[in-house]
Amino acid sequence: MAIEVHGVSKRFGTFTALDYVNATVEDGSLTALLGPSGSGKSTLLRIIAGLETPDTGSVVIGGHEVTAEPARRRGVGFVFQHYAPFKHMTVFDNVAFGLTVRHEPKAAVRERVEELLGLVRLDGLAKRYPAQLSGGQLQRMALARALAPKPEVLLLDEPFGALDAQVRNELREWLRRLHEEIHVTTIFVTHDQEEAMDVAQQIVVMNAGRIEQAGTPHELYEHPSNEFVMSFIGPVNRLGDALLRPHDIQILPYPDGSTVEALVRRVVHLGFEVRVELTLPDGRDIWAQVTRETAAELELAEGQILAARLPAPRVFA
Amino acid sequence: MSSRAFAPLEAGAFDATEKTGIARDTSVRVAPPPGTRRHWTESAGTARTRRLGLRFVALFYLLALLGAPVAMIFYRTFEHGLAPAWDAVTQPNAVHAFWLSIELVAIVVPLNTAAGIGIALLMERGRMRGRSLLGLIVDLPFAISPVVVGLSLLLVYGRTGWFGNWLTAHSIQVIFSVPGMVLATAFVSLPFVARETIPVLHELGTDSEQAAATLGASSWQTFWRVTLPAIRWGVVYGVVLTTARALGEFGAVSIVSGRIEGQTQTLPLYVQDRFENFDTTGAYAAAVVLALLAFATLATMSLLAKRTSRDTLV
Repeated sequence: MAIEVHGVSKRFGTFTALDYVNATVEDGSLTALLGPSGSGKSTLLRIIAGLETPDTGSVVIGGHEVTAEPARRRGVGFVFQHYAPFKHMTVFDNVAFGLTVRHEPKAAVRERVEELLGLVRLDGLAKRYPAQLSGGQLQRMALARALAPKPEVLLLDEPFGALDAQVRNELREWLRRLHEEIHVTTIFVTHDQEEAMDVAQQIVVMNAGRIEQAGTPHELYEHPSNEFVMSFIGPVNRLGDALLRPHDIQILPYPDGSTVEALVRRVVHLGFEVRVELTLPDGRDIWAQVTRETAAELELAEGQILAARLPAPRVFA
Repeated sequence: MSSRAFAPLEAGAFDATEKTGIARDTSVRVAPPPGTRRHWTESAGTARTRRLGLRFVALFYLLALLGAPVAMIFYRTFEHGLAPAWDAVTQPNAVHAFWLSIELVAIVVPLNTAAGIGIALLMERGRMRGRSLLGLIVDLPFAISPVVVGLSLLLVYGRTGWFGNWLTAHSIQVIFSVPGMVLATAFVSLPFVARETIPVLHELGTDSEQAAATLGASSWQTFWRVTLPAIRWGVVYGVVLTTARALGEFGAVSIVSGRIEGQTQTLPLYVQDRFENFDTTGAYAAAVVLALLAFATLATMSLLAKRTSRDTLV
């Protein structure tokens, strides 16, 4: 189901969490709400779910205005940042909750729960309690629970925030595949641009209660509409008002007409990527991102003087 | 008086000995810099003395305050064997007092449990103004002497009180009968459930309730299936305290009941009555019954606590 948000504002006391936000999420898409903390992304997600009431504006899900509908009638699955497990219930009962509150027949509940536990790879753990699960398992249980009543929309608040790096990567991959399988319109909140680029088809970049830009990861990276998006979505060098991407800086052994001199201050090897910190003749510091091969060819070392070819910088008014 | 305090009480004590045990071990194992050895051993020794001293003081205090008097009551009751004690507690007035106390508990505890949970929900989940005022009102029974409670009930519901005429006209007797005693007992035992439940509700947070809402649960379903099970230990602890208070209440009930033998005498009033009439055996025996009721309440809760914590590992 497509989701539309029209002119939504929300204030908490004197803090403006959302400032007249408009957004559209296509049916069946996988969208990331990306922004720094305090940008309003979680508030927007909670307003779509009906967990917060907007001060102004409206929310439309699948063509129906739901602004006045309580959360329980919106057909929205929500996965909380800290999973919000029902600690006194087994994994089975947690996942079954959304079905048993609708008084569905026992056999149907059992069948659906088993199917979901298989989907999230928790079969065999049905009789455990949340306290006996790891973070990643809790996360998957929360997902199965949210999916059980077959929601039209799945919302996830910082779904991978509390997990360690390896589990996080596995779950990202898995969420993407799950979405390919069940095609439920999915929105997740994250402050990690890499995570957003990795998982989402669409990214909505938020800052200070407003939407800065929405588009595919590629669009945002190649054509950022403003300085905030450019610097939030990837690494940047700042030369006065101009911004340039470190990987767009070419390093050459000899100068030609289009290069400037650059002194190598430091070389940092980060696996495949090598980070070269440079000082330009006017004393300004920038850094460039080169491949391991380039670094080896140039025999990069501290104190070396090389030639750097700077790309046309982007200047945002 | 956190509700958590109850179940983990033993665990907490265990933790403390564990920690001190570790601390002692470290002080022995870690090689001290040369020249400081004496200082190290001394401080370990001092810590040990201090710990033992603290244990002694705590035990002595408990013994002097609780252990000895309770033991003496038991001793005096059974001094001349089981028969006189049994005779004393099977007196018709004693039996009546026993059942009256049970009746009061049976009415007041459910009332105050429901009211206490309601107040706790209002204070932790409600959005109304004046929540802090509500908190103050809930604490009033802690602050006001039970005798004052009794007198104030008399002023409102007594024959010459505000509702006195109306009550008399409709031949409803509140004072000197069970309704008044229920009011007095309910008043003095009101805060316990609310006070024990509020911190647990606070700690629980709203996430799981919101999760239930997004899964399609009504507020009623959310309360019974998510909130109540999660706060049950706070509630149970509050219920135990309420029961103990309701069983033992003397001052307020003493005033509103009129202390009519065989009619409005609760167990504590009966104990006092026997004592004043120099029937010490009767007084002690009834006191033992009160004490046993209290033990039974506590034991029931510990049993419940044990079983459930094993079931859910919460």
